Amino acid sequence: MKTFVYIDHFKGEVQLASWEALGVAKSFGSASAVIFGSGLDALVKTAFEFGADEVLVADDPSLVDYRVEAFASTISALASSRTPDLILFPTTARTRELAAMSAMDLNTGVLVDLTDLLLNGDKLVATRPIYEGKLNETVVCSGKPVIATLRARAFPRPAQDKSKSGTATKVEAKTDSPATVEGYEVAEAAVSVADAGIIVSGGRGMSNNPSLTPPASMDEKQAEAWRAQQGFKLIDELATVLGGAVGASRAAVDGGYIPYAHQVGQTGKVVAPDLYIACGISGAIQHIVGIRSAKLVIAINKDAEAPIFKVARYGVVGDLFQIVPALTAAFKKKLGK
Amino acid sequence: MKIIACIKQVPDSEAKVKAEGGQVSWGESPLVINPFDEYAVEGALQLKEANSGTVTALCIGPESAKEALKHALAVGADEAVLVSDAALNALDTQGAARVLAAAINKIGSADIVTFGRQTLDDGSGLTAAQTARVLGWPMLGLVGHMQVEDGGASSPKGIKVHRVIEEGRQIVSAKLPAVLSIVQSIGEPRYPSFMGIRKASKANIPIWSLSDLGIPAPTAFVTRTELITPPSREIVCEIIQGDSPERIAETLADKILAEKVL
Ligand SMILES: Cc1cc2nc3c(=O)[nH]c(=O)nc-3n(C[C@H](O)[C@H](O)[C@H](O)COP(=O)(O)OP(=O)(O)OC[C@H]3O[C@@H](n4cnc5c(N)ncnc54)[C@H](O)[C@@H]3O)c2cc1C
Ligand SMILES: Nc1ncnc2c1ncn2[C@@H]1O[C@H](COP(=O)(O)O)[C@@H](O)[C@H]1O
Repeated sequence: MKTFVYIDHFKGEVQLASWEALGVAKSFGSASAVIFGSGLDALVKTAFEFGADEVLVADDPSLVDYRVEAFASTISALASSRTPDLILFPTTARTRELAAMSAMDLNTGVLVDLTDLLLNGDKLVATRPIYEGKLNETVVCSGKPVIATLRARAFPRPAQDKSKSGTATKVEAKTDSPATVEGYEVAEAAVSVADAGIIVSGGRGMSNNPSLTPPASMDEKQAEAWRAQQGFKLIDELATVLGGAVGASRAAVDGGYIPYAHQVGQTGKVVAPDLYIACGISGAIQHIVGIRSAKLVIAINKDAEAPIFKVARYGVVGDLFQIVPALTAAFKKKLGK
Repeated sequence: MKIIACIKQVPDSEAKVKAEGGQVSWGESPLVINPFDEYAVEGALQLKEANSGTVTALCIGPESAKEALKHALAVGADEAVLVSDAALNALDTQGAARVLAAAINKIGSADIVTFGRQTLDDGSGLTAAQTARVLGWPMLGLVGHMQVEDGGASSPKGIKVHRVIEEGRQIVSAKLPAVLSIVQSIGEPRYPSFMGIRKASKANIPIWSLSDLGIPAPTAFVTRTELITPPSREIVCEIIQGDSPERIAETLADKILAEKVL
């Protein structure tokens, strides 16, 4: 089976699930990594290191910014001329759109956000969670090529072999797009809770530290957000010691404590870390649906009745402002940091 | 300005969804407007308020999906259209996009079509981009802020949006007509007003069939072969106790390390 693997990146910063998709492609046969942008040498080398048999690159200054129409047309043209059996994407916000549009161009279907993909004879059978993970369905696609997006962390990441390298194959870029990118307001650091193996999350409880005195000029809502931002520094410290990412509940995002990119749950990100530590989060169903695939959940909440304890393996009933810094200190000591 | 908001009806997220005889069942749980589509409606209403015009809510679904359209009417949409046809039972997103595009063309002269980010039931997040591709209009995805810009006398109106992306915000502009998917940053969806609910209950919602749209039933590329109830994980929470935060943290850290997840 001949597979294209779309390597999703933002200005060279790659979504790690792209390599997981490359591993799946390799297990089916030949894997061609497909990379769009400009000045991509480092990424091309990494694609070879993760096992790509060839790397197809559309290198064009106009592809530096993601524009869905141009990117989708480039994929569609490439697939029309080189006829892969399968096009794999890591599931990200960008690739849902790209897979969607290319499928329209190529007159085929999309198997989206898969947690499993098997080759049965010459037939691909996919598994995906539906109804917020309450059910799974197996799905097949009757079109060709089959287009599929793979959920981050649902497939093993292949080993990286730094000794490997190769030469990229240049392919044609389609640059037409009806939209113009005017610029960015970029968050301080890229957050990718979907890719993270460890997540420490904060909720509305982050603002509940009466011992802090916000600047007098602030109104009630600003003061609440300010308190919470001090609280999130504690979350950040714990996440840093553990080498993890910072997540948040919707209440924390709506309260202006932290940007939306951190939100976990139904209207945020579905995550699948090995370790999820929920601090000051009550555990509403819309939050829980985002962490169903987490391997180990820890809850820190001062309310013993909070529903988050129903999905947690270990819990602490107590004040997060005392427990979280103590936990950071304990890990610092035990991990020798 | 004419705005169309595409909405779907889904089981509430509190619903106990089960597989029963190969079919999805949610018992007596209520069906609601797809929560993500509340932002599509909210965005459409904000556009209407800023630029004057009308909002039409559009849904493909069974007759009972009129209730979701009534929600849109109750919060301020002016009109609603339901596309309903027995031939649309096994619709995949490509098919939905073709049907929505046909309905959008039949409604006519739309400047902006808004979508939600994804549905709660299928959770595909594909339909908006696919509808844009069928219509040949620009796709502006994950919009958290938007402003319509006058193109001057000779040129069509444009729109400038902030796309809420993983890495921050991307600012993009395009000419109208355009397809937008709208996300949470747009602001909390408004609640139905008393007057709105009364108006919605009296509204006449037309039902269009495929022959009204003049298109054949789309064939599905993606088909379900099996429905599986995931094994339930029985989790018993062990509450860590101790006489000081330090002791508790010590014990908890040891428990976590023993799970070998680090
Ligand atoms: C359509 C829809 C979509 C939604 N999508 C999402 C989503 O994607 N993600 C999401 O998270 N929510 C989502 N929600 C919201 C969800 O229903 C809850 O409102 C939200 O998750 C609550 O966030 P929280 O747990 O931080 O706040 P709360 O429910 O207010 O809980 C705060 C918790 O902090 C604890 N606490 C307070 N002070 C302390 C302290 N000092 N120490 C320890 N604990 C403390 C309290 O005991 C409490 O349990 C959605 C809701 C709807 C209707
Ligand atoms: N049956 C439908 N009727 C109207 N709009 C729909 C329908 N299905 C999907 N949509 C729209 O498309 C968006 C994405 O849906 P999906 O691709 O199924 O996740 C939804 O948020 C709706 O705005």
